[in-house]
Amino acid sequence: MSAEPDSASAQNITAFFAELSRIYSADRILTNNAQLAPYESDGLTCFRARPCGVVLPETQQEVIDTVRLCHRFEMPFIARGSGTSLSGGAVPIENGLVIAMNRMNKILDYDAEQLTAVVEPGVINLKVSQHVAGDRLYYAPDPSSGPVCTIGGNVAFNSGGAHCLKYGMTSNHVLGIKAVLPDGEIVNLGGDSLESVGQDLTGMFIGSEGLFGVALEVTLRLLPKPEKYYTLQAAYDSLEKAGNAVAMVVASGLLPGAMEIMDRLSMDAADAAIGAGYPQDAAAVLIVELEGTTDEVEAEMPLLHSVIEESGAYIVEAAKDDAHRTKIWTGRKSAFSAVGRLSPDFIVQDGVVPRTRLAEALAEIERLSGEYGIRVANVFHAGDGNLHPLVMFDGREEGALHKAEELSGEIIRLCIRLGGSITGEHGVGLEKRMYLGEMYGEDDIEFMHRLQHAVDPQKLANRGKKLPAATAPALLTRGAHPLEKQGVIFRD
Amino acid sequence: MTTSSMHRPANIEELQDFVRASQNIRVCGAGTKPSLSSGAIVSTSGMSGILEYEPSEYTFTALAGTPLSEIRDALAENGQLFPFDPPLVEAGATLGGTTASGLSGPGRFRYGGIRDFILGVKMVTGEGRAVFGGGKVVKNAAGFDIPKLVTGSLGRLGVLVELTFKVFPIPETWTTIRADFRGLDTGNLAMIRLAMAQEELQCLDLEPSGRLWLRLGGLSAAVDGRVDRVRKLLQQVDAGVNVEVLSGTDDVHVWDDAREFRWVPENYQLIKLPVSSAQVVTAEQLLTEAGFESARRYSVGGNVLWLAIPESVGSDEVDRLCQQLGRPALALTGSWSDPQRGPRQGQAFAERLLTVFDPDSRFETAATA
Ligand SMILES: Cc1cc2nc3c(=O)[nH]c(=O)nc-3n(C[C@H](O)[C@H](O)[C@H](O)COP(=O)(O)OP(=O)(O)OC[C@H]3O[C@@H](n4cnc5c(N)ncnc54)[C@H](O)[C@@H]3O)c2cc1C
Repeated sequence: MSAEPDSASAQNITAFFAELSRIYSADRILTNNAQLAPYESDGLTCFRARPCGVVLPETQQEVIDTVRLCHRFEMPFIARGSGTSLSGGAVPIENGLVIAMNRMNKILDYDAEQLTAVVEPGVINLKVSQHVAGDRLYYAPDPSSGPVCTIGGNVAFNSGGAHCLKYGMTSNHVLGIKAVLPDGEIVNLGGDSLESVGQDLTGMFIGSEGLFGVALEVTLRLLPKPEKYYTLQAAYDSLEKAGNAVAMVVASGLLPGAMEIMDRLSMDAADAAIGAGYPQDAAAVLIVELEGTTDEVEAEMPLLHSVIEESGAYIVEAAKDDAHRTKIWTGRKSAFSAVGRLSPDFIVQDGVVPRTRLAEALAEIERLSGEYGIRVANVFHAGDGNLHPLVMFDGREEGALHKAEELSGEIIRLCIRLGGSITGEHGVGLEKRMYLGEMYGEDDIEFMHRLQHAVDPQKLANRGKKLPAATAPALLTRGAHPLEKQGVIFRD
Repeated sequence: MTTSSMHRPANIEELQDFVRASQNIRVCGAGTKPSLSSGAIVSTSGMSGILEYEPSEYTFTALAGTPLSEIRDALAENGQLFPFDPPLVEAGATLGGTTASGLSGPGRFRYGGIRDFILGVKMVTGEGRAVFGGGKVVKNAAGFDIPKLVTGSLGRLGVLVELTFKVFPIPETWTTIRADFRGLDTGNLAMIRLAMAQEELQCLDLEPSGRLWLRLGGLSAAVDGRVDRVRKLLQQVDAGVNVEVLSGTDDVHVWDDAREFRWVPENYQLIKLPVSSAQVVTAEQLLTEAGFESARRYSVGGNVLWLAIPESVGSDEVDRLCQQLGRPALALTGSWSDPQRGPRQGQAFAERLLTVFDPDSRFETAATA
């Protein structure tokens, strides 16, 4: 149900599919309802749309031909990885085409000496690190969804993970991209060197949420795996103390690989799901991980311990071995899905606040949670100030989703007010479009629209995501909630 | 640079007025990279100063004309540094000029280059519009990544006015290891091994003679152990390697000299060539065959070749080298019809974006010849 007339008439659709079947064998074009159902939504299940079809390319040429065909027929399309987006970014365009990239899952080249790997975009994030582990190398960005999400999805969202503090996000680990622009033109951005000359086009493509076309091949930068990890889990009787501990670690001059906080509710969830075994009376746990050469980490350990003790932690547990470390991280990384044990539905928010305002942000979220009578679990990348409030609701209750969305909106605005961002790593997608205009000025938003227009004048590539609807001024979107009109995905 | 006709807007509004009323705009900072700033008609020197710096956030925001040295000193007072180790700090380079040139120094080996640490930008585009992109927090996935795009844009997309960067703590202590190998081949092999090793080096530079420079940063309690390990790795490549350990001011000087390009002979033109360590030996062969004089330094684990050549060497020689290596190049000094040489990638994408940043082609990159 788009506000605009269907871009492809029925007659056109028939012709379009006839052409598609020249590219794909019948088993790689999905059109019946049962086949399409899994592609209707993503990790944020409250958005849904029905595509006209799904194609399963196995070669770059098939993707290129498909994009060119879409361009010829003015058929909107979306590239899809594993559909784990948490912002509605992978929801299809109503009656558009889905290009499912999962079969494009080959590691094309791996050069241990050059610390690079060239991969197809359907390669699973974790597979990269597994592939290079024999040379004691790894691919640093580690989203919790690593075992399922794809490099293409990571590129589209500039995905992060628990270890961004030191080494950054996806864009800090991608050296080059071969992509097909929305009109079928092929571009090679960047290369295989850490250094470059001229505008950083690779950086511009990353995080564009599919609006600039489809990535066909991605050159990744690999890092030597840290020789030693020292993982410490500290329990606090208040969330604020845990937050302050983060500031104290930063002030000490240490640069940990990760600093993560879980509050009581998220600990309960992880306990229920995987029996993580968190201290029963703790209001918060902080996970700090040092990583590096054995000598360096061993020299840092006493410093970290003294900071953590001073911060008022009442239980401090250090990982004894690899298995113990894995257990600590499994608890943390399971938190998202584990919240499913506490609540039938939930929304994950992803706002960022300046680290110095963490305590303030958490107190305000707690207040809002009370005011709305909605439980909010907090698990977050504390080192980056990247919050992940999990707003719980029961979708079967009348109006519950709407209320949860409203509370989410307040949390997003809180992040903007504190000088942060509406999203640290999950992307704007469908869900946060109306807030973009509150983070940026009207002129900046218009500029972004013009950039999209310059690259894709017909808005064929993932139309309707990332940017607020061009036709409505950004401020208007503050009013009525789009979910009031369930099923209406966008008006663009 | 002629200073007489140079405009020095004092704020963004003045700059916007200037851009709207001008054509053939070339921008400069302090002019420390003459090939990139020659013929400039507008300077950012009137827009200078640190606007925000919150050490506990690991971020600062400064105006484009701010000298790097000023920011470096402010950071150092709080135990922090530029993780991308910008070059030409002592020469007077500005934050905006360094960003627009896309330059990082040897220390970028550890955590990443300037494009990895830029967070936000406010700029004036060809329509005289003030545009803001990115954010002021260390993590942000909203909007297009305009800050990255403008990194290395050489003034072609607009004038950078205000920039936000992420910074890191200064290691408690620094140590440099100088390793003299028999020749380039062995030195390069050692460089490759060390880049793959778990030693977490800050810098890894190679001179064509086979001299390898390594730098460690961290807690002083760990230094001796780490140096020993690195020494062993170097000896595994060549038992006869001559290893010297430098600390204190000796350590500092090595990298100051590298960062300021003090090894470049007078009247030589300095060129940046992104390469890979797999190309180091080939590059040396090609340069020998080409027959002209040059001074070279392979930095960032062999990811960049800093090439210095006499002024008499023509641009066609450089173009040929670019062609042979399949790499672009950027001339920082000397006379060039275009300081950007060699193959360019992604033009179709770049051209489309350019129509938005500078629809009337008001900006141009420097050309001296
Ligand atoms: C349990 C759970 C935990 C998560 N944890 C994290 C986390 O820690 N950090 C984090 O950052 N995210 C996290 N996410 C979010 C999500 O996993 C990431 O956004 C991921 O990058 C999406 O990858 P995907 O393959 O599933 O992409 P999809 O969801 O299929 O697609 C995401 C976007 O990428 C685009 N896209 C896909 N392939 C291409 C391509 N080849 N070219 C161009 N565009 C393409 C799509 O069009 C879409 O806009 C989590 C999600 C879940 C469900």
